[in-house]
Amino acid sequence: MRVNVTVNGKQRTADDVWPGESLLYVLRERLGLAGSKNACEQGECGSCTVYLDGVPACSCLVAAGQAEGGDVRTVEGLADGDRLDSVQQSFLDTGAVQCGFCTPGLLVAAHDLIERNPAPSDPQIREALAGNLCRCTGYEKIMDAVRLAVERKQATT
Amino acid sequence: MTSTEQRSGTVAGGVGESPTRPDGVVKVRGEFAYSSDLWREDMLWGATLRTPHPYARIRSIDISEALKLPGVKAVLTHEDVPGENIYGLEHPDQPVLAAEVVRYQGEPVAIVAADHPETARRAAARIDIDYEVLEPVVDSEAAMAPDATVLHPDHGSNVVRHVPIQHGDPDSATADVVVTGEYEVGMQDQAFLGPESGLAVPAEDGGIDLYVATQWLHVDQKQVAVALGMPVDKIRLHLAGVGGAFGAREDLSMQVHACMLAQYTGKPVKIVYGREESFFGHVHRHPARLRYEHGATKDGKLVYVKTRMVLDGGAYASTTAAVAGNAATLGVGPYVVPNVRIDCYGVYTNNPPCGAMRGFGAVQACFGYESQMDKLAAALGMDPVELRVRNAIDEGAVMPTGQVVDSPAPAARLLELVRDRPLPAERAAEADLRDLPGGVSNTTHGEGVRRGVGYAIGIKNVGFSEGFDDYSTARVRLLAVDGEPLVSVHTAAAEVGQGLVTLQAQIARTELGVAQVSVEQADTSVGSAGSSSASRQSYVTGGAVREACRQVRDAVLDLAAQRLDVARAGLELSGGKIASAEHGVLVELGELLGSTSIERIVEWRHRPTHPLDPVTGQGNAHVQYALAAHRAVVDVDVDLGLIKVVELACAQDVGKAINPDAVLGQIHGGTAQGLGLAIMEEIQVSGGVVRNPSFTDYLIPTILDMPPMAVDVLELADPHAPYGLRGVGEPPTISSTPAVVAAIRAATGRALTRIPVRPEHITSTD
Ligand code: FES
Ligand code: FES
Repeated sequence: MRVNVTVNGKQRTADDVWPGESLLYVLRERLGLAGSKNACEQGECGSCTVYLDGVPACSCLVAAGQAEGGDVRTVEGLADGDRLDSVQQSFLDTGAVQCGFCTPGLLVAAHDLIERNPAPSDPQIREALAGNLCRCTGYEKIMDAVRLAVERKQATT
Repeated sequence: MTSTEQRSGTVAGGVGESPTRPDGVVKVRGEFAYSSDLWREDMLWGATLRTPHPYARIRSIDISEALKLPGVKAVLTHEDVPGENIYGLEHPDQPVLAAEVVRYQGEPVAIVAADHPETARRAAARIDIDYEVLEPVVDSEAAMAPDATVLHPDHGSNVVRHVPIQHGDPDSATADVVVTGEYEVGMQDQAFLGPESGLAVPAEDGGIDLYVATQWLHVDQKQVAVALGMPVDKIRLHLAGVGGAFGAREDLSMQVHACMLAQYTGKPVKIVYGREESFFGHVHRHPARLRYEHGATKDGKLVYVKTRMVLDGGAYASTTAAVAGNAATLGVGPYVVPNVRIDCYGVYTNNPPCGAMRGFGAVQACFGYESQMDKLAAALGMDPVELRVRNAIDEGAVMPTGQVVDSPAPAARLLELVRDRPLPAERAAEADLRDLPGGVSNTTHGEGVRRGVGYAIGIKNVGFSEGFDDYSTARVRLLAVDGEPLVSVHTAAAEVGQGLVTLQAQIARTELGVAQVSVEQADTSVGSAGSSSASRQSYVTGGAVREACRQVRDAVLDLAAQRLDVARAGLELSGGKIASAEHGVLVELGELLGSTSIERIVEWRHRPTHPLDPVTGQGNAHVQYALAAHRAVVDVDVDLGLIKVVELACAQDVGKAINPDAVLGQIHGGTAQGLGLAIMEEIQVSGGVVRNPSFTDYLIPTILDMPPMAVDVLELADPHAPYGLRGVGEPPTISSTPAVVAAIRAATGRALTRIPVRPEHITSTD
């Protein structure tokens, strides 16, 4: 089948898609956007998190057909050209990235949190990121990164 | 001071700073190419058929139905292994594809290449194998019985290795107070996030280029070459982006399979494991049964320790022998014990193969000896930290192997640091649900919740031990580009997330005083760097890079002396300039170099270690010891057995923090994995069959499970190590587990002799 989606602001089409393919598979293998990661394909790890019609979703759990006509924003769509989004910059600056496999999903989830809640408390940050597993960092610097992104956002608005 | 001891520093981003990772920007942009992201226009997808049986004889394999599926390009079995159908890290005992018998559930039997991953999987499912199912050996004690089925007849018995250690006179030693205990450690999984994957590309010269996520390129290369029956130089390995490792990438997974399929089809072949397959695709942490007896004087001085440890190595040897060596040599912990007897066994069973995982034998032992130290403290009526401090090793202490600790070993100080930190605030009367055991499941509002505090300290060896020739190779080149000096550092060392790429550049900046450093992609075109394991890369590859840089610097100063016609003595390279005290700045480095480039390749070794005496277990087996201590504070809902870890404090001596931020990252991450083993992580195996191969059923800590951490880093230089550094990655994983369990014991009064602790162990509904 054919699937049409808007990805990071561009209209994209994938042909010969099997009905069993997920949105994650289409993004990664058919549209060349490998930024979203597959670490479980079961909705447990959050590595595949993308915005689908403005709401973060595990793209491994979305059948490609379900995304037909949808608007998708992936980690590749967070930066503005060469300028990193402040969430991305904060992850870099605090050392919240080790292997980085969890990073794309965490960035989308953290980006969404700060959009919805410009001043999240620590428990709110933890709750918002509870669906994103990281095996390397123990989450301490991920907390630092989100707090820093919040501070920076508050400083500029 | 000789010139080789001078620092060329004064550029930013050198040793002791925390510059941003060079791969950081691409990682946050989603543009970093992990091994599972690789793609070629005409590539095929591989899939692996694995046996469902823990132990069975293969009567026949019929691939005809699989071949009929459109899109299938190859179906290969053991008959198609071009070279030797055997591999293994220490003892080659594992087939690339099973031929006559399968020895564990999930052992690969056949492989398929097809034009779509789903086609490959479906074809694999159509392969028909006739098995004669055999009775598996699943109990590690039973495996050692004289009448047990011997799983590897060539080996003679199911004991992979027995490590005895005898120190002092344990048989006649007597003590005022004696405590004994039996402990059990479940099977933990490394659960890295980036699954096993890689891409094999056939090359024009008949060789293969393999792009893969691994911990040690050269040991993979050697094993692949043997299995493919090809000369080593025809198998070129390139490190693809690695999504975490923690030991799980030391053994081969898809490497040979992808190369076989690529060679057979003449096309690039990609293999990516899913999460379930990943649980079968790598070795795990050895489950352990530990029996300890501790004897002490009534004022709390250890008199003797006797222990028997049995590690279940599963179906193939992997690194079981070395894990047993670690568990034994570190078996009494960082304590001075005059009389010791240790018997540690690593055994074959039909359970999943076990091998390297962060902590490597030291984790299991630490749960045993630290549980015992708490038990002993209780028997003596003594404070558990005080008891530990009274027996703590320090520099000059003698270990049970007879090895003298010859660099700082501040065990007492680390314990005091975590003890003396202020405790976290008491739980608020109206606590946020998210701060309570059970969290937003809303199982309690504080009723039945008790707080406990626990302590532990652990010890780890750094680097490969027992006489292993442990070295790394670095190639460092200095050149000028548009008049600006640039350093290129090339090693085969695997960046697995820990930040080794950053560290190599830092060392080059410090040694050569050049700001621009490019760390080249790791591959086998340069000599081996050894494994990214055993907390060894900062030490060994760091040492190699430093030495290569120093040789380059000496060559630059020779060149300057010659070109400028000045005396060599007194010349310095600093901040991109050649200078001397006498003449001041003589020339810019870029200008001196012009079109000359200077390159040095160095193979660097740490001081040698020695094998253990096979009867007494005596010997200087380790190059360096590393220590960390933890304090855990937990809240436990004693009615439901639910646990909330409130805070974890850690103190660790790192010798020298080459990159302080990366050091903290290792301590945080290692501590989290230790928490996981304490309260949630276990591969549940029954009858040799894995019951929970998914992230739905195998739980690793989330951001809600991890508490805030307080960390103290000591930097007491080890005079034998580059910059005085001490390996960092493993120690925090070792002590966090027993500290958490001790805190749960303090909250509940339960004995808790098995990890992970489950709710029913607390409520006794078991
Ligand atoms: S890959 Fe989608 S949640 Fe894990
Ligand atoms: S940085 Fe490796 S999984 Fe998060």
